[in-house]
Amino acid sequence: MGMTMAEKIIACAAGVEQAKAGEIHTVELDRLMSNDGTTHLTIDMYNKLKNPHISDISKLVWIVDHNIPSDSPKTAASHKKMRDFARANNITFYEGEGVCHQVMMEKHVRPGELIFGADSHTCAYGALGAFGTGVGCTDYLYAMVTGTSWVMVPETLRFNLTGKLPEGSYARDLILTIIGQIGANGANYKCMEFAGEGLSTLSMSDRISICNLCVEAGAKTALMEVDEVAQEYLNQRGREPKALFFSDDDAEFAQVYDIDLSKIVPIVAKPHFVDNVVPAAECAGTKIDEAFLGSCNNGRLEDLRVGASIIRGKKVHPLVRFLVVPASREVYQAAMEEGLIDIFMEAGAIVMNPNCSVCWGSCQGVIGENEVLISTGTRNFKGRAGHRNSYVYLANAATVTASAITGEITTADMLV
Amino acid sequence: MSEKFTAKVWVLGDDIDTDIIIPTEYLALKTVEDMKPYAFSPLRPELAGQIQPGDIIVAGKNFGCGSSREQAPEIIKALGIRCVVAKSFARIFFRNAINNGLLLIENPNIQEAVKEGDQVEVEINHCIRTADGEFPIASLPQNLVDIINAGGLVKAMRKRNGLD
Repeated sequence: MGMTMAEKIIACAAGVEQAKAGEIHTVELDRLMSNDGTTHLTIDMYNKLKNPHISDISKLVWIVDHNIPSDSPKTAASHKKMRDFARANNITFYEGEGVCHQVMMEKHVRPGELIFGADSHTCAYGALGAFGTGVGCTDYLYAMVTGTSWVMVPETLRFNLTGKLPEGSYARDLILTIIGQIGANGANYKCMEFAGEGLSTLSMSDRISICNLCVEAGAKTALMEVDEVAQEYLNQRGREPKALFFSDDDAEFAQVYDIDLSKIVPIVAKPHFVDNVVPAAECAGTKIDEAFLGSCNNGRLEDLRVGASIIRGKKVHPLVRFLVVPASREVYQAAMEEGLIDIFMEAGAIVMNPNCSVCWGSCQGVIGENEVLISTGTRNFKGRAGHRNSYVYLANAATVTASAITGEITTADMLV
Repeated sequence: MSEKFTAKVWVLGDDIDTDIIIPTEYLALKTVEDMKPYAFSPLRPELAGQIQPGDIIVAGKNFGCGSSREQAPEIIKALGIRCVVAKSFARIFFRNAINNGLLLIENPNIQEAVKEGDQVEVEINHCIRTADGEFPIASLPQNLVDIINAGGLVKAMRKRNGLD
C-alpha cells in the first residue's frame, strides 16, 4: 500500500520503512520553534528538571514576535528571561525580525522536515513540504530535552486544486471557503494535503496563507508538494530540501475534495468562529472601527501590494484606525523599496513594526467594548482582539483595505 | 486513577476556544492562580467563581480549539475541574490537557442528556451515569492514564526516572 506525504515524513523521522495513519511513532524532530507566547513557561519547567540539558541546540529557534516591543514590565521580564536563556545556551534567537512563522519560512524550514512549534499556526510550514505542527510548552520541553516526541500518524484529507483564482479572489478566500465547507473541526487530528494543477498557479505567499489557516479546521498539519515555485523560493534563500516526498498514487486518503479555484469568491468569516463564512458581499455595510492588514496569514509583500494598490491616492476613513503590519523585516524592507509604505502612510494608515499585533489581542491595536475589527488575522474568536464584547470579521487584504477607506465592510470591486 | 466519582455538571456549547478558556490579556499574569478568576470570562464572566473543586464540564464538539497556550488546560485543572467531557477535543488541547494531568472524556451524546447543576456519576474507562441512564465511554490507553495519574508529563518523566 502506498503512503501519503504525511506518512512518509513521519516514517523518515521515525527511522522506519512504513508508517500508516493511526499508528503512534516515536520521532526525531528536525526543528523546534518557540515564541514569546509561552517560552517563559518552558524555561520555568526546564529549570525545575534535575540536570536539564538540551538534546541538540542547533535545532532550536526562538522568536520574540507576540509582544515585540514589550508593552509592560511583565512582558519585558518574560522577554528578558527568554533572551538571557537563549544567549546562555547559544540558541538561535530573533527579536523584531518578524512573525515567527514568516521568519521560519524565510530562514529555516526545509522540505521533508518534521517540526514542532509551540504555536498553533506552525502548520504553515507545509507550504514548503515540511510537517509542522503546534504543541504546548510541555511537549516542547520534552522534545527540547530528548530530541524526540511521539506522534500519531494523521489521516489525510486531500484537496485537488484545479483552475486559477479569479481576479479579486485570494488564497485566503480559498482556505476560508474550505474551512466553511468542512467546519472548524473538519480536519481534527488530520493532515490537509493540497495538490493538483491548480497548486502551480499559487505563489509561495498564497501557499503559506493556505497552510497557515488549516489549524482553524482543526488540522494537525498541512502539506503541499514541492514544485518549481517552492524550489525557487528555497534557491533564492540558499536552502536545500531535507527530502522531497510526494503521496503515492495508491496512497489512502480519508477523503478527497476537488476544488475549482475559478469558483472562489471573496469571503468574510463573521464573529465568532472561523467557519462562520459568507460571501464578503453579504456583510457589506457593516460599520467598522479598525482594520488590520498583517499577521502570519496575510502580512507578506503580496498582501501589502494588494492593499497599497487599493488605497493609493485615497484616505483612511476618519472614524477608522487602519493598522498595517508587515509580517517580517524582509517584507517591511521590500515594501519600503517598492514605495508601499509611503502609500499607506500618505493614506493615513498606522504602519507598525513586524509583530503579531491585534491578531493575538495583546499587542498594539486591541479593540474596545462593542468595537468592530476587520482583519486579515488568523482568528475571530470572541474577545480574541480585545474586549470580550467586541467583534472580529476576517477577510482578505483587498476587503480589509477597501473597508478601511469606507468605514464599513466593502469589497474592493464596490469602490469606484 | 480513582475508579468512580460523583460530580456536579457545568454545561458549555460547541467550539469552546482557548481564548474563551483564558483570554490573551490575562496570560501576562504571573501564575495560573492569578489567571483563574478570568477563565471562560468572554463567555460567562461569573463561571470561574461558581465552579467548585470536583465539578466537571460537559461540552459539545471541538472543545479547546485555537491556540496552543497550555494555560488553558492548566486553568481548568486549577479550578478543580475533575474532568472535561466533550463530543470532541481539538488536538493541541488534547495533548496539553493530558500533559498537565487533566482527564478528558469523549462522548457524543451526553451533552444533550444533562443540564447544568445535574449530578452525574463518572466511572473511568466504563460509563457516565445520569438520572436517565448510562453513557458508555472508551478506555484511555494505559500510557495516558499513567501521565494523568502522575499529574502530567513532566511529573510522569520524573517518576519514571526515579527523581520523585
